[in-house]
Amino acid sequence: MSRKLLLDNLDKPGIQSLTGYSDNGGYEALRKALQMKPEEIVSEVQKSGLRGRGGAGFPTGMKWSFIAKPEGVPRYLVCNADESEPGTFKDRYLMEHKPHILIEGMIISSFALGANTSYIYIRGEMMYVFHILQKAIDEAYAAGYLGKNILGSGFNLDLHVHCGAGAYICGEETALIESLEGKRGNPRIKPPFPAVKGLWGCPTVVNNVETIAAVVPIIKITGEEYAKIGIGKSTGTKLISASGHINKPGVYEIELGVPVEEFIYSDAYCGGIKNGKQLKAVVAGGSSVPVLPAHLILKTAAGEPRLMTYESLADGGFATGTMLGSGGFIVMDEDTSVVKNLWTFAHFYHHESCGQCSPCREGTGWMYRILNKILNGKGEMKDIDLLWNIQGNIEGKTICPLGDAAAWPVASSIRHFRSEFEAYINNHGMKDVKHYYRLNNLQEA
Amino acid sequence: MPKVTIDGHTIEVPEGTTILEAARKIGGDIVPPTMCYYSKLKTSGGYCRTCLVKVSKGSEKDPRPMPKPVASCRQTVMDGMEVQNITSPEILDARAGVVEFLLINHPLDCPVCDQAGECNLQDLSYEHGHEVSRLDFRKRTFPMIDIGDKIKLHMNRCIMCYRCVKVAEQLCPERVHGVLNRGWDSEISTYIEQAVDNEWSGNMIDVCPVGALTDKTFRFKSRVWFTKPVDAHRNCPTCSGKVVLWYQGEEVLRVTGRKDQWGEVDEFICNECRFDKKKTSDWVIEGPRHIDRHSVISQNHYEELKKLKQDLSRQKKLGEKAHN
Amino acid sequence: MSANKNIQFSDDALALVQKIINRYPEGKQKSALLPILHIAQAEFDGWLSPEVMDYVASLLKIQSIEVYEVATFYSMFNMKPVGKCLIEVCRTGPCWLMGAEDVVRYIEKKLGIKAGETTADGMFTLKTVECLASCGTAPMMQIGETYHENLTLEKVDAILNDHKNQGNRRTHWEKDKVKP
Ligand SMILES: Cc1cc2nc3c(=O)[nH]c(=O)nc-3n(C[C@H](O)[C@H](O)[C@H](O)COP(=O)(O)O)c2cc1C
Ligand code: SF4
Ligand code: FES
Ligand code: FES
Repeated sequence: MSRKLLLDNLDKPGIQSLTGYSDNGGYEALRKALQMKPEEIVSEVQKSGLRGRGGAGFPTGMKWSFIAKPEGVPRYLVCNADESEPGTFKDRYLMEHKPHILIEGMIISSFALGANTSYIYIRGEMMYVFHILQKAIDEAYAAGYLGKNILGSGFNLDLHVHCGAGAYICGEETALIESLEGKRGNPRIKPPFPAVKGLWGCPTVVNNVETIAAVVPIIKITGEEYAKIGIGKSTGTKLISASGHINKPGVYEIELGVPVEEFIYSDAYCGGIKNGKQLKAVVAGGSSVPVLPAHLILKTAAGEPRLMTYESLADGGFATGTMLGSGGFIVMDEDTSVVKNLWTFAHFYHHESCGQCSPCREGTGWMYRILNKILNGKGEMKDIDLLWNIQGNIEGKTICPLGDAAAWPVASSIRHFRSEFEAYINNHGMKDVKHYYRLNNLQEA
Repeated sequence: MPKVTIDGHTIEVPEGTTILEAARKIGGDIVPPTMCYYSKLKTSGGYCRTCLVKVSKGSEKDPRPMPKPVASCRQTVMDGMEVQNITSPEILDARAGVVEFLLINHPLDCPVCDQAGECNLQDLSYEHGHEVSRLDFRKRTFPMIDIGDKIKLHMNRCIMCYRCVKVAEQLCPERVHGVLNRGWDSEISTYIEQAVDNEWSGNMIDVCPVGALTDKTFRFKSRVWFTKPVDAHRNCPTCSGKVVLWYQGEEVLRVTGRKDQWGEVDEFICNECRFDKKKTSDWVIEGPRHIDRHSVISQNHYEELKKLKQDLSRQKKLGEKAHN
Repeated sequence: MSANKNIQFSDDALALVQKIINRYPEGKQKSALLPILHIAQAEFDGWLSPEVMDYVASLLKIQSIEVYEVATFYSMFNMKPVGKCLIEVCRTGPCWLMGAEDVVRYIEKKLGIKAGETTADGMFTLKTVECLASCGTAPMMQIGETYHENLTLEKVDAILNDHKNQGNRRTHWEKDKVKP
């Protein structure tokens, strides 16, 4: 069993409330942090090797050290609780069950960055979690953990929750900032980066919920101790959202480095494939990362066991590897159609493109229509190459990484499962295709 | 001042200059095409991606190449930067891809479009596009709408360059139109029927790179290549009064700003000059205007190119047949 | 924009709006737009008419077009009237793997409407939506602020019957939460 730093004490009664959380060691890290200098906290986070849990895996301590500090200009910390990447539901789980760890992390991180006003941007669909967070914040104000002169330290912090309204793209940090300013969620053209010009033109750090929560145990046990967990540059614990055809879907906190095979088959985690079936494919890090067939997810191309780390999952590049991403682990059994799965993803990116830049706006819609055509039994062999070509024309040519995220699932599905596309086009197994097609009243392509 | 090399031409430019502006200073073939950037509009550019270039050397200090193509209209130069535009086959490919994206939902109605002959997209697709359309589904369509009594919006043709929105934001006292909906369904609109009406709104027509925003007082009167452009000015209390009059015979068909070789107006003009001054006696005539930007502005050139393309694709088809 | 006189938030809602505006620095009241549009949907029958949007614009002292642009960008804002009970079924990969399309088909049959439509009595609107971060408890659907997870067809039956009997409107920002 992995050590638990974030999901510990979940079985303790009242852990959702401030009293329950405090009775189990909550807000001790805050007391400790307020005795430290802000730079010491940043350096502790640097030592921990913590990497951003929102998907990109950028070292958090380094990101914090980039924040500009011009005289007389406020700095902001914004927590990214937009969690909309298909396959990912860990942030919701954490905020719902242990809201105070996020609040505590926000206070410590704001103190480290010198931010006196901070926001949690939560996706609008999670309105009930919004209210849970608001309640937790109210409790924290009442206890003197928020507001003026927190615990007599002289540090002031106002913390607010802000709700979005349905847009995956608002998870991209500059789109999130635009949205928080009350605008359309159009990603900004970088540079300037948020660390220099972010919210209302001020230096801003955007971090994922899990990243900020992880600051609490780092302060508690020290960065050095945290760095001892995991393998190489993949330190600490990570929340994995496991879904699909497995016996025990849910959120698991793992020590980075668990073998993928153990994660899928052990009863401590996913508990094996449902109904005793065989594993066909896995999307290991949320819908955006390349899908891998069973043999490549369990072992690298070189035959080494694949581990749940940033490096091991990426081993082999996109030819034979994938990414840890946001930790959305989607498992597909032997009877799953990878093409149909891709079709749902293609619809997703088409639906979620903000529409600013032409390759993404037009390309995602085009790919979706071609997949629609293939699923509808009207595909032609040349459509496979066309899809391949379009994804290549999107990848790397867009303003923000949503374009890449739309391209990679298409590329990897074709790369590893080309014969399945061909089967569709040759009208094999079309009978069970028709009803998927009806799912959203789709017109004929 | 930083020194930048673009396709082998080196130039020194002031700090903060974009790659595109540096390329325009060099001039010639190496200048990336633009569809959304407009030097007179702040924060324009970055959207269409036609101006993508490859940065093969970041700077003297950090010579690493940039991992992805960059929008030359938004990327500023660094000292020692090396850029590839037409010398990079990847970039030419990427550009052809972008042109294709811009065209998949663009109606192929050039023969009836009043922008034909001065449409940046038309030029772009002739110069940088693929030959054959690989598209086989319905294009998205929108009804045509009037935004006020002077301007018509033909949304089907829009390529979402955001230029007209920036005109409204930066020139007009109040913005009543903008971008609605999201992604594939985005559109330029007023949401509720509302006239875009103020003394600068007509500039939206001049900045539109395609035929999406057109001058209702000119529409369908004549093809551009049958009209004769003449520089003229008047003493205008609102704007510079420096315009181009487009004549057919003795009649002024329309009034526009003066566009430079990049298709950008030198100065924005007011609606009174544009819409209400259509008599020769309103103006001091300076002389015929030399148009050098639009390669297809003369019908001859346009027809020639069309024929060339047709011949090419016929030959290609014949070649393919021979192969099979 | 001249705001329609019949459109007016309740006192509670107005107090809440003020409280929300105060979360942002002076002069940055536009930031309150998304939360306030949610409240507007709760206050005015679950959708945003042009008049409601104009009213919100006047509350925040911004141009109407700024509200239209934003409202039409985000998928949770309804630009047309919807049924009292808006059923949002997740259709994305992980939910699809676990049978989301069966749920959609079942509801379509039961209510006699297609996704995107509203029942003749104005009670139900069925909508398919993208991943709601509930993939581990798929298939799932959302009604109001409530996540209904691990759906079975029997569960769906019970939930819809419940709503039919209660008959009150559900919005994402539940009306009873519109208290300052
Ligand atoms: C299209 C897109 C969607 C994203 N969605 C999320 C999200 O829902 N949650 C998140 O934390 N990060 C998301 N990200 C990543 C953020 O841009 C950003 O990298 C992250 O919030 C930084 O926090 P971290 O360093 O703590 O990971 C998304 C990125 C892109 C391009
Ligand atoms: S890549 Fe897509 S989502 Fe990102 S800015 Fe461009 S259009 Fe918007
Ligand atoms: S001109 Fe540079 S992106 Fe459009
Ligand atoms: S796919 Fe349905 S909740 Fe994630």
